[in-house]
Amino acid sequence: MAEKVLMKGNEAIAEAAIRCGCLHYFGYPITPQTEVAAYMAKRMPKVGGTFLQAESEVAAINMVIGVSSTGKRVMTSSSSPGVSLKSEGISYLAGCDLPALVVNVQRGGPGLGGIQPSQSDYFQSTKGGGHGDYHNIVLAPASVQEMADLTVKGFELADKYSMVSMILADGTMGQMMEPVDLEIGEVKKYEKPWALTGTKMERAHNIVNSLFLSPEELEKKNFERYDKYKVVEENEVMYEEYLMDDADICLVAFGISARVSKNAVNEARKAGIKAGLIRPITLWPFPKKVLREAADKCKAFICVEMNMGQMIEDVELAIRCKKPVYLCNRTGGMIPDPADVLKMIKDVNEKGGNE
Amino acid sequence: MSTTRILFAGFGGQGILFAGKFLAYKGLIENKEVSWLPSYGPEMRGGTANCSVIISDEPIGSPIVSDPDVLVVMNLPSLDKYEDSVVSGGKIFVDSSLVDRKVKRDDVDVYYIPATKIAEENGIPTLANMIITGKVIKELDEIPYEHIEDALKKVVSARHLDMLRHNFDAVQKGYDY
Repeated sequence: MAEKVLMKGNEAIAEAAIRCGCLHYFGYPITPQTEVAAYMAKRMPKVGGTFLQAESEVAAINMVIGVSSTGKRVMTSSSSPGVSLKSEGISYLAGCDLPALVVNVQRGGPGLGGIQPSQSDYFQSTKGGGHGDYHNIVLAPASVQEMADLTVKGFELADKYSMVSMILADGTMGQMMEPVDLEIGEVKKYEKPWALTGTKMERAHNIVNSLFLSPEELEKKNFERYDKYKVVEENEVMYEEYLMDDADICLVAFGISARVSKNAVNEARKAGIKAGLIRPITLWPFPKKVLREAADKCKAFICVEMNMGQMIEDVELAIRCKKPVYLCNRTGGMIPDPADVLKMIKDVNEKGGNE
Repeated sequence: MSTTRILFAGFGGQGILFAGKFLAYKGLIENKEVSWLPSYGPEMRGGTANCSVIISDEPIGSPIVSDPDVLVVMNLPSLDKYEDSVVSGGKIFVDSSLVDRKVKRDDVDVYYIPATKIAEENGIPTLANMIITGKVIKELDEIPYEHIEDALKKVVSARHLDMLRHNFDAVQKGYDY
């Protein structure tokens, strides 16, 4: 194992991206994500890569489309309002079946909102954001180490399935420093026979395009894409279970909310309450199966999230509303306090699963 | 097994974030679990700044320190804001050259050190942060005296290596105070 270094989550994303062969970064500064761009600006010229601060988020995502269509690893990063601007381009990437890594270090919204951490882009990330039928693979890191590891994983999955991987982090994850091991091991590479690399008069033209005027053809494209998504859902779900073996009360949380929830679960255990946590690492594909199984064993669920209740809808769907699901939330840049989560666990435990 | 949750608070420009980073790196060198979380925002020099540092033998859950075991304050607004949040039996370190009132709590240990004055008298006016941090090291059993220089080497930028010795001296001055 390599020596661990202290690094901000944003910097860990940037360094991991370079180490797994991403030599093209296009972005536009926005708090609390700016360190990704700043780090890239410093490092890319030294490794022979491209750092370009675009004139806008819209320009940056379109540069990503350009580089991706040549088969090169490429990324962009932003925070919530900036990702809204990129959404058109993300839809085009999906329509062209192009791989890319898009990082969202979320801040409070809607609108220009604030600059403090938030998780209120869950719907945007997992249900679309841009127009049309499509999905992104959405990865939710809960430590600086995972900011690095999921960046690598994100590039691999994007290339493997020719689709967009999104890192859905938040201001806390981006700004905090923790020890991180950046030894990323062997990086998986995938053939890209569709890439626009010049025919050299030896093969037919490759075409990267999202325009299909024939509805029959477009429908076929979408069906095929959803067949691919099915494979992703079957093979790429990631989650962490914490003290779930005998849990009566199952907390569900991702990212920084999951870390707050872990504290609350530990305190609840000390108070004799059997609480546990399921932490989705992939938000799409969502870990439906493990939640459905938990619904057979647990009395109730508590969804802890930094928004007005977005992931809770997926939890209720996953467990087919078999058990009550309660929401413990803060929003607008506020972070739930472990004591508030603990209080909710105690209340729900007393109710014993009766709504 | 112990977990120490420290909150550093003061004005931007005092090196609040730097001092926290130094202790975090020191913990890392000592094979502890550590986290460092800054306040971030529109604050700049003269505004408020704070950072949460956790040093632990166990994996760290939330990196946010809302009820610190140790509070280090380098201005009055920070003492006003965070005094009540310290856990009972905790420790408060006050830069008494900048904070002109006493701590009201009587269930915590309080250490007053005129860090800014000492820094100015010794020709290192920008290192009051490290002087008060030296005092923190002195008074906390969980943070040993060792590895100060190793940790400083990690946080003092390569362009300012001349500052390494000054930083070390500052920590030592606080430790000996």
